[in-house]
Amino acid sequence: MSSASEFAVHTEGLTRSFGSTLAVRQADMAIARGEIFGLVGPDGAGKTTIMRMLAGILPPDTGTISVDGVDVIGDAEGAKRHLSYMPQRFGLYEDLTVTENIFFYGELFGITRQKRLARSRELLTAAGLTPFQDRLAGQLSGGMKQKLGLVCALIHTPRILLLDEPTTGVDPVSRRDFWAILYNLRESGVTILLSTAYMDEAERCSRLALLHAGEIRYCDTPERLKQAMPGALLAVTSQDPRALRQWIAGQAGVLGVLLMGDRIHVRVDDAARRVPELKALLARQGINDAVIVPAEPGIEDVFVALIGARTAP
Amino acid sequence: MFERLSVMLMKEFLELKRDRWAMFRLIVPLLIQLLVFGYAATFTVHHVATAVLDLDQSQASRSLISHIVATSRFDVVDVAKTDRQITRDINDGSATIAIVIHAGFARELANGQGAPLQVIIDGTNSNTALIALGYLGQIVAQYSAREASAVTLAPGLAGGPPRGLRLETQPWFNAGLDDRWFFIPGVIGTLTLMQVVSLTAFAIVREREVGTLEQIMVSPIRPVEFILGKTLPFFLIGLGDITLISIVGILWFHVPFLGNPLIMLLGASLFLLATLGMGLLLSTFSRTQQQAFALNFFFVNPFFILSGFAFPIAAMPKALQWFTLINPLRYFLVVIRAIFLKGVGLRALWPDLLAMALLALIMLTISVRRFHKSLD
Ligand SMILES: Nc1ncnc2c1ncn2[C@@H]1O[C@H](COP(=O)(O)OP(=O)(O)OP(=O)(O)O)[C@@H](O)[C@H]1O
Ligand SMILES: [Mg+2]
Repeated sequence: MSSASEFAVHTEGLTRSFGSTLAVRQADMAIARGEIFGLVGPDGAGKTTIMRMLAGILPPDTGTISVDGVDVIGDAEGAKRHLSYMPQRFGLYEDLTVTENIFFYGELFGITRQKRLARSRELLTAAGLTPFQDRLAGQLSGGMKQKLGLVCALIHTPRILLLDEPTTGVDPVSRRDFWAILYNLRESGVTILLSTAYMDEAERCSRLALLHAGEIRYCDTPERLKQAMPGALLAVTSQDPRALRQWIAGQAGVLGVLLMGDRIHVRVDDAARRVPELKALLARQGINDAVIVPAEPGIEDVFVALIGARTAP
Repeated sequence: MFERLSVMLMKEFLELKRDRWAMFRLIVPLLIQLLVFGYAATFTVHHVATAVLDLDQSQASRSLISHIVATSRFDVVDVAKTDRQITRDINDGSATIAIVIHAGFARELANGQGAPLQVIIDGTNSNTALIALGYLGQIVAQYSAREASAVTLAPGLAGGPPRGLRLETQPWFNAGLDDRWFFIPGVIGTLTLMQVVSLTAFAIVREREVGTLEQIMVSPIRPVEFILGKTLPFFLIGLGDITLISIVGILWFHVPFLGNPLIMLLGASLFLLATLGMGLLLSTFSRTQQQAFALNFFFVNPFFILSGFAFPIAAMPKALQWFTLINPLRYFLVVIRAIFLKGVGLRALWPDLLAMALLALIMLTISVRRFHKSLD
């Protein structure tokens, strides 16, 4: 087995409970340098708890954590110099301006004035926040707040970045900007661990951990996870997908049905055999407007197929 | 260390500056409370309705009555002719106190055998009546001294259970002083305690609650730096409080300030440190502002009552007396009253100063130890 310090983040048997709630159970992770690693799971799966333990602000019950080769449990303060953590909830001072928040975090990390100014100029430009430097953080839009959080998290040039649902509630344009910054960071060798509720974001990660009820159930690249999904996926569109969904779920060979907006994702054991069968059955039912086509599975489909629960309720 | 502390302080003052209502919240309630305490919390009683029955009708008896009336404390509402009249005055509440001079008063006084003076008070308002009785005692004592013969008070009680009155053991009655002088210094300490403890307790809990603490925890800041950064502003605010209320007390209520301002500064600083320690300690036991509020309420009121502000510590049950030993307000009240009214120095006050220093040290140490950079 390779040693923990080769990895950007390495955990073994990470476990944490709150009272009788087992928030994280026996989590093993080995994240290589330069990865964008995604944590995916429904509410309460334990994403935040894992992030906090990695950031050194929540001691685990048992298990080991190494971040950039530093033992987080033994030397949390040492590890904090290598990592940066952006909480799920906005953690900056709303009564301070953009510049003042950056100044504050720069000083806390002991960045020299010159370095701080250069770095903050560069980061503000990348985040598109330069015109808003003197605005109070509390008056920024949701997307701008998250980008400011990222700027402050990056002011001390960390090697590992922990982001807890950084784009939740952020508009699509800001999310694209946000990801552009993340890709740039990866180019410069930063390892990123993020949790997300957006499946299109999950697809962009180099690897994903599928988390359910505190357990990492699967961990692999998005492609391989999709390949691991049993059966084949069909997309069915019709006038009344809700009603149709019930009916399809009861048919032979159907492994799972998932309502995705105006479409139904139907997972079947054998597409070549079931597509004509379903078409014939639909015709017999007098449903003529339904269209059945093969579909590429998304992470949501994979999650449901592998774990049997949706990522979002 | 110093850079992180100073940037923390800078941040605190910026936030305070941005908070438009902060100054209002800090100063106005304080001044209002000072005025309320200054005017309402007083044991001074004026214009007590008094009925007089002079059965002696001598020069001596008239002289005593005019002596009593000469002060603004007593207003004669009825000059009675009979005992029945006196009883009626007291019973229907038109008089709070009745003075009866028996026949033979002048003769007994002249004989030098001591003359009794009967006083009837309305026991239903015992506070006022007792205070009035106290004044009467003084006036009579002065009169006796002049006449070189003792007049003894023989109090009787109406409308309440009879009880033995011993004027000389009323501990809160400070005969020589206007008791506003006694209260204002106490008010300074009390108001500062209430304000500083709650400000401190809320400040840290608030950062935890809004989530800024979680972000700051992943920075290299040390618990001491964070705590000092959060509390030093309140130390300064507290000093400002004490200065402001003292000035208002001196200029508006004419409380004398006889002591050394530097010793006052030392006492105030130690008191504030102990108070900050208390607020911090409360904050380490609260996760939400609501909890902090409840704890604050739970602790500050007893600390106020068990401080000697209004109720003498010596009169409390032993267990409560022990409890007052951990109350910084208890020591500060001694210090501030002594500095204001007696002008005594370190030689008399060092035990109280030392006690506050110890309390501050203990509470601050425990708070810093209890404050971990973790969410548990
Ligand atoms: N401080 C805490 N005290 C008690 N229970 C907690 C605490 N933090 C988390 N939990 C519980 O642990 C479990 C995991 O919570 P966690 O916040 O890690 O989930 P999450 O995956 O981040 O969810 P979300 O998507 O809602 O942010 C939940 O059941 C939660 O109620
Ligand atoms: Mg979470």
